[in-house]
Amino acid sequence: MLEIAIKGSKKYWIWLGVLFAVIGAGFLVYVDQFINGLMTTAMSRDVSWGFYIANFTYLVGVAAGGVMVVIPFYLHNYEKFHRITILGEFLAVAALIMCLLLIIVDLGQPLRCVNVLLYPTPHSMLFWDMLVLNGYLFLNIVIGWKVLEAERNQIKPPAWTTPLIYLSIPFAIGIHTVTAYLYCGLPGRGFWLTAILAPRFLASAFAAGPSVLILLCYVVRKFTKFDPGWDAMQTLSKIACYALIANVFFFLCEIFVTYYSKIPGHMTHIDYMFFGLHGHNTMVPWMWSSMILMITGAILLVIPALRSNATLLPFTCIMVIIGTWIDKSLGMIAGGFVPSPLHHITEYMPTLKEVAITVGIYGVGLLVLTILYKLATTVKEEVRG
Amino acid sequence: MKKSRRSFLKAAGVSALGIGVAPAIQAVASSGSTPAAHATKTKHPEALTAERWGMVIDTSKITDEIAENIVHACRKAHNVPDLNHVPDEERYPNTRPVNHDQELKWIWEEHFESAFPDKEDEFLAERFKELPFLVTCNHCKNAPCVQACPTQATFKREDGIVLMDFHRCIGCRFCMAACPFGARSFNFRDPRPFIDEINPDFPTRSKGVVEKCNLCSERLAKGLQPACAEVSEGAIVVGDLEDPNSEVRALLSEKYSIRRKQELGTEPSVYYIM
Ligand code: SF4
Ligand code: SF4
Ligand code: SF4
Repeated sequence: MLEIAIKGSKKYWIWLGVLFAVIGAGFLVYVDQFINGLMTTAMSRDVSWGFYIANFTYLVGVAAGGVMVVIPFYLHNYEKFHRITILGEFLAVAALIMCLLLIIVDLGQPLRCVNVLLYPTPHSMLFWDMLVLNGYLFLNIVIGWKVLEAERNQIKPPAWTTPLIYLSIPFAIGIHTVTAYLYCGLPGRGFWLTAILAPRFLASAFAAGPSVLILLCYVVRKFTKFDPGWDAMQTLSKIACYALIANVFFFLCEIFVTYYSKIPGHMTHIDYMFFGLHGHNTMVPWMWSSMILMITGAILLVIPALRSNATLLPFTCIMVIIGTWIDKSLGMIAGGFVPSPLHHITEYMPTLKEVAITVGIYGVGLLVLTILYKLATTVKEEVRG
Repeated sequence: MKKSRRSFLKAAGVSALGIGVAPAIQAVASSGSTPAAHATKTKHPEALTAERWGMVIDTSKITDEIAENIVHACRKAHNVPDLNHVPDEERYPNTRPVNHDQELKWIWEEHFESAFPDKEDEFLAERFKELPFLVTCNHCKNAPCVQACPTQATFKREDGIVLMDFHRCIGCRFCMAACPFGARSFNFRDPRPFIDEINPDFPTRSKGVVEKCNLCSERLAKGLQPACAEVSEGAIVVGDLEDPNSEVRALLSEKYSIRRKQELGTEPSVYYIM
């Protein structure tokens, strides 16, 4: 099936060329970081995780969001998702590959990463996160590939894929739950120390994942002869809508508990993010933008006439994606680390090098996504045509 | 120029091979790095031992000068880099400028409201507001850093000391997020250019690993008091918390003491006499 990937129009090759250039640039910057250490980043003693882990958290959500097409189709036989399940699964593959790369570039000693396997440590959440992320990646590659291959040969997928598909559902929930547990099990980080974190992560994931998928559907419709179906896209937008409302609701619950109880260790972080603390207010415009984008997104999605407006929908999705991205990546890092456990304020904004490496990794993700989507859409065109 | 180009290519090749070569490298590396827990098997005859090590800091005895000596003694004993140190231009040419937020420290001075943020009080005695409070790793009984570490590079020894294996650490910094006392530092860059005078009795670290106070386990093993206690003029006492006849227990039963962030339940082993 892979031969499909090397047959393409001129546009396809130009696009791949652009991606390779972006990846190459990111790689060169990474070589500098590899040689000189993480001094090339803006991370510090107080803010010890930064842009890499922030984007990692977000992309775990995008990967988990794929399950929002798997559940309706496989558990509820929702036929309209038949055409896009493969898109959801392949999106998860690309997102997970980016996640793993982001973890590697974040390590101070990347060559030692196998130590996690050599000394398995069940009391560390990072150990479990590695297991579920790799497990979910493996499941999605196998399922996506086998189902697509079967479709191409016009036969039923092998029976053993069915239990794997069911297994992938708890794994999808698992990757994001365990990723939330990385944060919310730590004493002394008031902003993270809340049981609502995992549910909130899932809610924002189920808003972001489908929004990304809707955008990709638009792209697929524009550049291929394959039509994912407007009804499917509308259902996705409803899922994104209610997940987004749940996310905002969970956040307001957090706000209530924090400000009604007035426990300082919990309040200072949210104060810093939304109002600034002792004159430090880098995050303020970001956090308010995030809130405005998410709330506007929810309004545009909940009103049927606006949701079903095919010109408006992609813009709404972009709002949701940016809003949840700020909330879960920059917000999670700044809220958790500022102020520090000793109540010092060290602010964080990534360096250009950090951004370049991250963009390079997004390039890898887009490359994987382009190739996988090309396979999927070509096979589907063949079968239909 | 030539040299930097070569190391560039080398690093590029290594990172391209990436995960593929890592297991092989690891197999070689791990054969040489036995955790310190095993190393104590051949004990020095004068080694100091305890059931659970603890530290008592008498805050009334700490002056700015003593605090400075303590910080300096620890830095010197453990090759802790000081980013304020100007690297030797000959040995380390073209060192890049430093980011002081990426500093490293094992023990340092803080104001009361930072050392004890939960006890901040606007009517606190003026005297406390100005006093230097020394903070370091608490060698917590329930150490969140040990729980978080995915490789057991941070581990708890039977005698309560929380130690690190610098050869096993992957630099994920999960332990730094987990520590509620900000006791840990990360080597954002090669630390060697920033060490004034290298102490040959203690290893220097490579870039990309975390480090923190080790309660001078290397000195205790030789029958020596921790470097900070030695220069503290009696302000810092280290001893066995489980031994009712130890000096630390005598101090604790005599005077009122507090620990940092007790409400979190990590059970710090460092006590402050007020
Ligand atoms: S003070 Fe921090 S580094 Fe030291 S043992 Fe406790 S949690 Fe670990
Ligand atoms: S940085 Fe090193 S010591 Fe800290 S959690 Fe990671 S592997 Fe363990
Ligand atoms: S006990 Fe040793 S390592 Fe710890 S602060 Fe004192 S001198 Fe430094």
